[in-house]
Amino acid sequence: MAMLKMQRIYIYALLKYCKDILETLQRRGVIEIEDMNLEDSVFYKDDTSAFQAQYQRLASTASEANGILSRYVPQKKGLLSSFKGRKQITREKYDELVDETQDILRIAYDIISCQKNIDTNEAEKIKYQTQLDIIQPWLSLDVPMNFTGTATTKAFIGKFSGPKTSTEIVTELAQIIPDIEGIEVEIIHSDQNQTCVFILTSKKDADAVSDALRRIGFEYPSYVSPVIPKQREKEINKHLSNRDGRILENEKNIKAYAKYAEKLKFLEDYYIMKAERYAVYDDIATSRNTFVLSGYIPEPDADTLKKYLEENYDAEVEIEDAVNDDAPVKLKNSKFTEPVESVLATYSYPDKHEADPTSIMAIFYYIFFGLMFSDAGYGIVMALACGICLLKFKGMEAGLRRSMKMFFWCGVTTTFWGLLFGSFFGDAVSVISNTFFHTPPPDIPGLVVPIWFNPVDEPMRMLMFSFLLGIIHLFTGLAIQAYNDIKNKEYLAIIYDVISWYLLVGGLILALLTMDMMQNIAGFTLPPIWEKAGLIMAAVGAVIILIFSGRESRNPIIRLAKGAYGLYGTTSYLSDILSYSRLLALGLATGVIATVFNKIGSMMGDSVVGIIMFIVIFIIGHGVNIGINALGAYVHTNRLQFVEFFGKFYTGGGKAFKPFKINTKHYTVKEEN
Amino acid sequence: MSEILNNSGLFLALLGAAFATFMAGIGSAIGVGKAGVAAAGVLSEQPDLFGKVLIFQLLPATQGIYGLLVGFLILSNVGLLGGVEEVSLLKGSLYFAASLPIAFAGFYSAIHQSKCSVAGIGTVVKKPDQMGKALILPAMVETYAILALLISILAVNGINGIQV
Repeated sequence: MAMLKMQRIYIYALLKYCKDILETLQRRGVIEIEDMNLEDSVFYKDDTSAFQAQYQRLASTASEANGILSRYVPQKKGLLSSFKGRKQITREKYDELVDETQDILRIAYDIISCQKNIDTNEAEKIKYQTQLDIIQPWLSLDVPMNFTGTATTKAFIGKFSGPKTSTEIVTELAQIIPDIEGIEVEIIHSDQNQTCVFILTSKKDADAVSDALRRIGFEYPSYVSPVIPKQREKEINKHLSNRDGRILENEKNIKAYAKYAEKLKFLEDYYIMKAERYAVYDDIATSRNTFVLSGYIPEPDADTLKKYLEENYDAEVEIEDAVNDDAPVKLKNSKFTEPVESVLATYSYPDKHEADPTSIMAIFYYIFFGLMFSDAGYGIVMALACGICLLKFKGMEAGLRRSMKMFFWCGVTTTFWGLLFGSFFGDAVSVISNTFFHTPPPDIPGLVVPIWFNPVDEPMRMLMFSFLLGIIHLFTGLAIQAYNDIKNKEYLAIIYDVISWYLLVGGLILALLTMDMMQNIAGFTLPPIWEKAGLIMAAVGAVIILIFSGRESRNPIIRLAKGAYGLYGTTSYLSDILSYSRLLALGLATGVIATVFNKIGSMMGDSVVGIIMFIVIFIIGHGVNIGINALGAYVHTNRLQFVEFFGKFYTGGGKAFKPFKINTKHYTVKEEN
Repeated sequence: MSEILNNSGLFLALLGAAFATFMAGIGSAIGVGKAGVAAAGVLSEQPDLFGKVLIFQLLPATQGIYGLLVGFLILSNVGLLGGVEEVSLLKGSLYFAASLPIAFAGFYSAIHQSKCSVAGIGTVVKKPDQMGKALILPAMVETYAILALLISILAVNGINGIQV
């Protein structure tokens, strides 16, 4: 339960070291740089937006080239590749690759230009293909398609839509121009869609015939071959194979670069890093020969960085405690509780004036998740899956690693509760033993008989246990509120806001437990003496709340009204506690659905088909159940933390510490020191 | 006549099991369908959000499972899964009554949860890092299905113990 102490750092150095210092800071990733806002006669800000844009463009060039490359040379990607994270390279390897960047950039450009060639050729191919399709029906024509006639004749080469015979055309023409004779109609091609015709007439009748033709639906083809169609076909085919050759050649060129794929990825990272480094120039102030940089640094990193910069770059480093409220927050927790930080982060980071609740929240988080998932088999599957991934993929990204660790611990608690409640893939052991071995199952504690009790048989007991956990959870939240009050030296607030509620809610619960009704529900009642004690406690608590919860108002009437409203908050405690009944409901859901699948699986009885059916249904059914119930457990555990628990003490609103660091996609650089 | 009345106990119990399963199931089907439509729309633009929107789509699926759960408990208690018992008219009616909370609360909460889910999908598209908060809002709606489930389970369990 800790927040790292945040310090302000100022770095003053010579401008000639600026690039090196920024590179160091980026690789170490310990400083969140803050805008200096310092501009006067000496200091000014460098405008580096042109450089940033240029490097971003180069980065996208590299990424585009790599994308093209992967289209022609598929890059192997395992099913679990997303777990692998970025590849780590050593400092020497990094320097080596940096020396090569110019060559690789040339390769990237080459790949892109090859692709452009391919695209142009593909477009050309489509054009030729269309021409080929158009002249296809004209292949038997033995004059060029732009043939218009001889000295005394006029030729019309074109088409009608739909099938037509030459007699039909002649008849139709005769109806429009009855006195013109000697029109020769030759059908070149005819099918369902079109009729291609060659019509010859004497030159003097040309205009009349042209007009008549238009009226009966004659049209010129959309592409006119300047040579005899047969010859044009040959030409086009030659063009097409030419284009194919060029495309193949370019593809070959691209494929030859296959071995540079990794280097192209590095190139992209390299330029992203450069662009980000240049973006920092917006925040620092430079003079002619010096520069100033300010930022936040967590205390543990401050001294090493100061020493390193002073020794290597003659820099002057000033460090002071950050006292302002908007300083960023970085959390530090033990290995066991740290994974839950990501859940906290989805709500809000703690404010400077309150404690980091991660460690306490983590314990409840694991317990509640386990109770809702509550099956030893499922817990083992989950813990094993996460554990194996964690061991196998060392380079996993930090965020994913955290979630994996969190679900590992959730799996462990799930197994624990599963054994206590005697659920192992539901009642799998009993079903298998009864169906396939025809004997009652051996009494293995945890797998067959519950170590503690079975919530399906005794739901009321489980409900009481859920409420008990809920009350502990809520009261712990109030205790953290007390801790915050101590931290902020508001000691009286502990009595007004924390102890008062302990008395009121605790007293009411005690009084409730003495009622006869509890005998049926919980199986026990407290002796009547507790009723009096409880009611007195509750009354004292209620009075404190009535008088003091509106203490910031001076007007006594408003103050009392606010107090009464505060007292109304008791109802929210009631609903908060009832809300923990989801621990029972979701826990039962997991167990009963697992039982349903076992039952369905065993319906075919003891036979070879029965065994196969059982295995198939077992795997699919329990797979689905794990998926749905793990989701439910995750969402509702979050809800119990965010709504019920945080509602009692947490305000949040802190700003997360976002250091200036290497934000690459493919590689990380290992730093020696 | 009395024979018909006596035998209709089993029928009422089965009706209860069916009612719990199909009402909550219809609710979930509508809900998952609505959220699925929104999720598919997101995928056309941002396929890498698949994992996140899938979770939102699945949120209204739980009510159907709660219905199944109660249905199964009833079937198991009246022995319809093997070794049918005598179920009196009163007992059958009690089982039917016990199925009502999850049937109705499941039906309506799944549909309304899906509306929150769809809105949550919209949030995640614009701000993928706000997933945690966006997930809590639909979970609030589910609370009432859980409360209904609780009462249904407790009732079914209680009916099993009484001699009528």
